[in-house]
Amino acid sequence: MIDVSTTPATNKTGPASRRRTYRPNAQYIPVLATLSLLIVMYTFGAVSYENFTHPSVLLNLFTNNAFLLVVAVGMTFVILTGGIDLSVGAVIAMTSTVAATLLQAGWPAGVVIPVVLLVGGVLGLGMGAVIHFFKVEPFIATLAGMFLARGIALLINQNSIPITNEFWTSIAETRIVFEPGVYISGMALVALAVVAVAAVVLAWSRFGRNVYAIGGNADSALLMGLPVGRTRIGVYTLSGFCAALGGLIYSITTTSGYAGHGTGTELDAIAAVVIGGVLLTGGSGYVLGTVLGVLVLGMINTIVNFASLNSWWARMAIGVLLFAFIVLQRLVTRKAK
Amino acid sequence: MGEPPAVLEMTGIQKIFPGVVALDGVDFRLLPGEIHALMGENGAGKSTLIKVLTGVYGIDGGDIKLSGRDVLFTGPLQAQEAGISTVYQEVNLCANLSVAENIFIGRQPRRFGRIQWSEMRKRSAGLLARLDLDLDVSAPLNTYSLAVQQMVAIARAVDIEAKVLILDEPTSSLDASEVAQLFAIMRRLRDSGVAILFVSHFLDQIYEVADRITVLRNGALIGEYRTAELPQVELVRKMIGKELATLEQLESRPRESAEQIERGEPILRAEQLGRDGAIAPFDLTIHAGEVVGLAGLLGSGRTELARLLFGADKADSGKLELDGKPVSMRSPRAAMAHGIAFSSENRRTEGVIGELTVRENIILALQAARGWTRPIAKRRQDQLVGKYIKALQIRPDNPEIPVRNLSGGNQQKVLLARWLITEPKLLIIDEPTRGIDVGAKAEIQRLVAELSSGGMAVLFVSAELEEVLRLSHKIEVLRDRRLVEELDNTGDVDADRIMRTIASGATS
Repeated sequence: MIDVSTTPATNKTGPASRRRTYRPNAQYIPVLATLSLLIVMYTFGAVSYENFTHPSVLLNLFTNNAFLLVVAVGMTFVILTGGIDLSVGAVIAMTSTVAATLLQAGWPAGVVIPVVLLVGGVLGLGMGAVIHFFKVEPFIATLAGMFLARGIALLINQNSIPITNEFWTSIAETRIVFEPGVYISGMALVALAVVAVAAVVLAWSRFGRNVYAIGGNADSALLMGLPVGRTRIGVYTLSGFCAALGGLIYSITTTSGYAGHGTGTELDAIAAVVIGGVLLTGGSGYVLGTVLGVLVLGMINTIVNFASLNSWWARMAIGVLLFAFIVLQRLVTRKAK
Repeated sequence: MGEPPAVLEMTGIQKIFPGVVALDGVDFRLLPGEIHALMGENGAGKSTLIKVLTGVYGIDGGDIKLSGRDVLFTGPLQAQEAGISTVYQEVNLCANLSVAENIFIGRQPRRFGRIQWSEMRKRSAGLLARLDLDLDVSAPLNTYSLAVQQMVAIARAVDIEAKVLILDEPTSSLDASEVAQLFAIMRRLRDSGVAILFVSHFLDQIYEVADRITVLRNGALIGEYRTAELPQVELVRKMIGKELATLEQLESRPRESAEQIERGEPILRAEQLGRDGAIAPFDLTIHAGEVVGLAGLLGSGRTELARLLFGADKADSGKLELDGKPVSMRSPRAAMAHGIAFSSENRRTEGVIGELTVRENIILALQAARGWTRPIAKRRQDQLVGKYIKALQIRPDNPEIPVRNLSGGNQQKVLLARWLITEPKLLIIDEPTRGIDVGAKAEIQRLVAELSSGGMAVLFVSAELEEVLRLSHKIEVLRDRRLVEELDNTGDVDADRIMRTIASGATS
């Protein structure tokens, strides 16, 4: 497994903590629950289906869900502040379309990539500013952002645009091969790098801690003199940036740009974050949980594929899980009180 | 004797809210190395002045000088950076974060941009040790009691290199030994040259710790005095601006014992009612027209007992009878249907709704009891609300302004009005006088006395023994989440007697 532990190890040698009996921190319970679920699902798959234990099954989870992982990381920041970002799916559509169009027009990849990331970040910045300065509900502001981004994508081109750029097609093929058929794609590595950076930022930077503080109690955070506005705008900018990066990854893996890309991705991302144990009201949760949440979603699809079932079974399973985890969150937070 | 130049000087401060002039040309100054008490009734403008000083509110007139230079704070951050730290009346920390983080957030020790967690925990533990607190600094703050959270808030304020430290009613949720600890810290800080602005409603505390006193009334400055030169009675007179008639009247009210009053029917009877971890099984009978006082220390189970009777928590043992009929109190709604009203101790989070107007807040419970399909006519509303605004002397007396613009004591009165309007048989009031001033306190006490002589049963929960003694016919003493003794409030019961029971737990 990857090591993206986002909580600094508790100092168990300190004189204060030595005398106290160990009680599992309520904040870890949802993450542990998700981890257990993942293990149970994997065991179920391994027992029920031939070839399920093949290493490629696990590695493909990362390769197939690289874009979702990046988007979900951005969403984690937003939800930790107690907000929501509905625009991410549309931003994938917009950025993949913009990228494909620019590449078709002959722009070099080295220019297109930063431009696309900037576009996503600026859209996020705009939504964050609207949320902060005009006190608009995040749900509404990002809903508007979603329509705007999807509209821009359709305005540029209503059809799927193939990408023939050499750089694009070559990195789509970039992968680390462990043995024939067993590999991890370059895009999955990019996603894992994003996860690692996000984990460090959340645990060890002032910005990251301010995110938790705002999610815990925004009024208090303000009175404690924390830069609430800057942080709030920051998380939406970050989410926009991550969505743009997700869009680039999507356009690379599909070698196309299309205004229909990423439909419903915002809901998958929110589901992954919540199943990963991040509290929807904010203030509690870890990026590691989000990674596990994405893997759980991927695992459901894998099992449905192995069982040759229809994909609606996967949707139903996600629905049931989402419900179960929100109930779990309720129970845990009530106990903490 | 020459005075050092003031570290903070506010002149002609003007602040206007819709419908209220909160501050009207107020002057205020703080000298370095002094503890300065800011006194005034509810609505006098204390909280507003503090919020102006800390940059939460802008001002509509006047100017503020810090160390001789003109300043204008646009937010709490600027005020903090200028050296003004504040501990607010209600704990303003993030309960989801650890103790250490709450102390250091925003100024965590860093190396190469990375937060030094172990350094931070070490420094937090050291800081708390200076306050004689031994906490697990990596545990989330919400695992600790309100009193401890308050001390953490103070630790945070103390650690910021403050020139001016504002303590806005820091003692309202602390017990006696914690208050003593706090005062020791305050004196130490004063001696090191910090100017401390201290707000408290406990006069004894003011006289114990403050060097000088500034009195506000109705948003205007009354004067600035040396504590030693201002007798307590004089101070109260300046704060209230009228004779202490109501207060004295209550003091002299002959205390009727439970036997002397004509007992009504028992309206509530609890038999071995209890809830695991909240309150041990207890017996309790409340008659109509009776004031039953609940006495005990913070955390002794006072609120827990009250919540059980109201159905806010579910009992897991025992029986409850109302009017002689057994009932199971499943929810507050069921309790309300049985004529029980509960005015919560936590007026900010469980009580008034700040966005709604005074009228809407008062009418809320009555409307809920009638059901939303049968709205109360506007005229009837105005009539009812007007009556209670007058009876409770809610200020300002405009029913159409949002409740959040009212001071704490007046919000408390709105909350009380909300329940009174439903004409309950049993009114449970939890700490109605916490954090409000002498005048409003006397008014609320007077009201309780009146209600009970009108036949309403009142369960009165308060941390102040004097208040419990003054009002109650019968006193239930709680200790360590157990009802240890029931005292008829006859002449020979006094605060000392109750304190001995609380201390020993046994019936002497």
